[in-house]
Amino acid sequence: MNSSALITMIVTQGIVSSFMIFFFYKVLTTKPKQEPDSFSDNDDEPR
Amino acid sequence: MAKTSDAGWGSRVGLILAMAGNAVGLGNFLRFPVQAVENGGGAFIIPYLVCFLLMGIPLLWIEWASGRFGGSLGNHSTPFIFDSMNKKKVWKYIGVFGIFTNIAVAAYYCYIESWTMSYVYHSVIGTFDGMSQAEVSGFFGDYTTVGVSTTGIPYESIIFYVLCLALNTWILSKGLSGVEKVAKVGIPMLLIFGAFLAVKGLTLGSSGASSEIPDANAWDGINFLWTPQFSSLLDLKVWLAAAGQIFFTLSLGMGTIHCYASYLKKKDDVALNSLSAGFTNEFVEIVLGSLIVVPIAAGYLGLDWVINNAGFGMAFQTMPFLFEKWGDIIGTFAGVFWFGLLFFAGITSSLAMGTPWMGFMADEFNWSRRKGAWSFGLITLIMGIPTVVFFNEGVFDQYDYWAGTVSLVVFALAEIILFAWIFGITRGWDEINSGADISLPRIYKPIIKYVTPVILIIVFLGALITPKNNDWKAAFTEGWELDDGSILAKITNSDIKANKDFFSDKKEYELERGVVTSVEEINNDSIQKKVIVVSDYQTFYVNSQGIARPTNKRKLLESLGKDYTFIEDSLAPIKTYQLEYSDVVKVKVGDQLKLGSVIAKGDYTNKSLYTVFGRLLLLTLFIFISFLVYKAGKKKLS
Repeated sequence: MNSSALITMIVTQGIVSSFMIFFFYKVLTTKPKQEPDSFSDNDDEPR
Repeated sequence: MAKTSDAGWGSRVGLILAMAGNAVGLGNFLRFPVQAVENGGGAFIIPYLVCFLLMGIPLLWIEWASGRFGGSLGNHSTPFIFDSMNKKKVWKYIGVFGIFTNIAVAAYYCYIESWTMSYVYHSVIGTFDGMSQAEVSGFFGDYTTVGVSTTGIPYESIIFYVLCLALNTWILSKGLSGVEKVAKVGIPMLLIFGAFLAVKGLTLGSSGASSEIPDANAWDGINFLWTPQFSSLLDLKVWLAAAGQIFFTLSLGMGTIHCYASYLKKKDDVALNSLSAGFTNEFVEIVLGSLIVVPIAAGYLGLDWVINNAGFGMAFQTMPFLFEKWGDIIGTFAGVFWFGLLFFAGITSSLAMGTPWMGFMADEFNWSRRKGAWSFGLITLIMGIPTVVFFNEGVFDQYDYWAGTVSLVVFALAEIILFAWIFGITRGWDEINSGADISLPRIYKPIIKYVTPVILIIVFLGALITPKNNDWKAAFTEGWELDDGSILAKITNSDIKANKDFFSDKKEYELERGVVTSVEEINNDSIQKKVIVVSDYQTFYVNSQGIARPTNKRKLLESLGKDYTFIEDSLAPIKTYQLEYSDVVKVKVGDQLKLGSVIAKGDYTNKSLYTVFGRLLLLTLFIFISFLVYKAGKKKLS
């Protein structure tokens, strides 16, 4: 594999993967909004 | 979705996975690599990423924010989401696209999805064991021909289609929780299957080379996809292809994102959620999608073969043959993983297509989600059966073109004008940022107002007046001749050059020129038919084994830097006619043909009939949904 292709592939895939991981990390670590929110799994009583 | 007061998402991760599942589809694994190959490999990736940043991300935010805004006012489908953003009646009817497109696309998309179901089954029972490449390819042709059975089950393509649609409908009848559960299982499975195949693609190297193709090397495929070519930045064709791919891959302009987001409360985030879903899709496309089809095919068949044959059909006509080379056990697993991956990619998208209709009927006519789901299944079945039965006659292609391509661009162009210019960019920007768990770069405010609409206008015009062979340079310098694939050519039917009558007693030649190279009568116990082969002078390239193959990709082959010899003007088959035995052949070997030359006499039903039939079905669907929107509007007023 030529080096420019290798660099382009690793940089592009690395950037995309990093952003995806970063955004998911933010989603998982952000405190949930005060109830009632849009999601039923964290409700005290089922809808 | 139905009885909207009690509908909603279970968890934030579930919502993001469902949105990612909506976006991740067959195109991530099939369309992206093919587009990349056809647009110069590494030449494609820079425009692709720029379009993702300037068009994809802004449209994601717009669709999520519009959906949540409409949902807060009790609207879960685009006709009344748009109506809530502006009271002019026209927006309500433009919003019809957000239901129409989904039903029309689901109608044929479920057919492709059913192929993946069927191919999983065939991989497990070992149908492809020992088949040659031509036999695997022929199997697909048999499968898509109604009346030919590959399993002994009569009308199996229809049966698999109905089964697939029934499965979708049943899951939809469980509501958003059903969709979410499928996404929570489907996306991780897809990532696992994809990772397995991508590792195989990355590590295959030259181990797939054979005595017939000694220079086959998977790295050639990866090299070709990733070597940057900055000259592409000046090629409009590549930019249009890149923008088109961003559209399809993110499921923009469909109305599904609006619908999913409409079940969010105003204080909940759309900015971070949309980026998470969007980047998950890009991960699947750029990381996994680029490392499977092209490297594996190049690893066994050579990069020159991939360049000449890249297309949607590779997934079904080539990959099963290549997997067999990995041995019985791994080959079977690879087949199950590949078609399983495509199945999960497909079903998470097709489920999304059912939700706008269900949301609309629940909001406006108080339909239960079960009634909404089964009515969606029924309409989709009615719309879809012609794409199955008349697949080879082109009804499928009509749906794909008008609903799956043109409608998306029209809808997206309309929605960005509504959002950025009529609803207003200030309100719009506030809407995107409301409840945001991440601060967005302010530069996107002018991008949404000016840059994205301009890109969309260029994409639309590019599709409207595509020049012949997509050669923009020639069009600007040598005069504008429309390509047969342009919207204008399609509307005016100028793409139909011969056999224009619906029914005819003569078969006309459809291409510009050709020479009859074979006329054969087959008459045995099982087959009675006449076969005419027409050839034309084409460019051939001679590969490293001295084998000459026809090609229309000379430029791309030259860019590989290998020592191919090119031979101009040698005859190669370009068209094969399979006629009834009773037809009277009017040509003989050696005859020169031109457009409209009569080649046989008999009773023919021409493709033009199916073209009009497909379009009429789509138009009927659009009018039907518009009528329902009209009735719903009246009901709201009274």
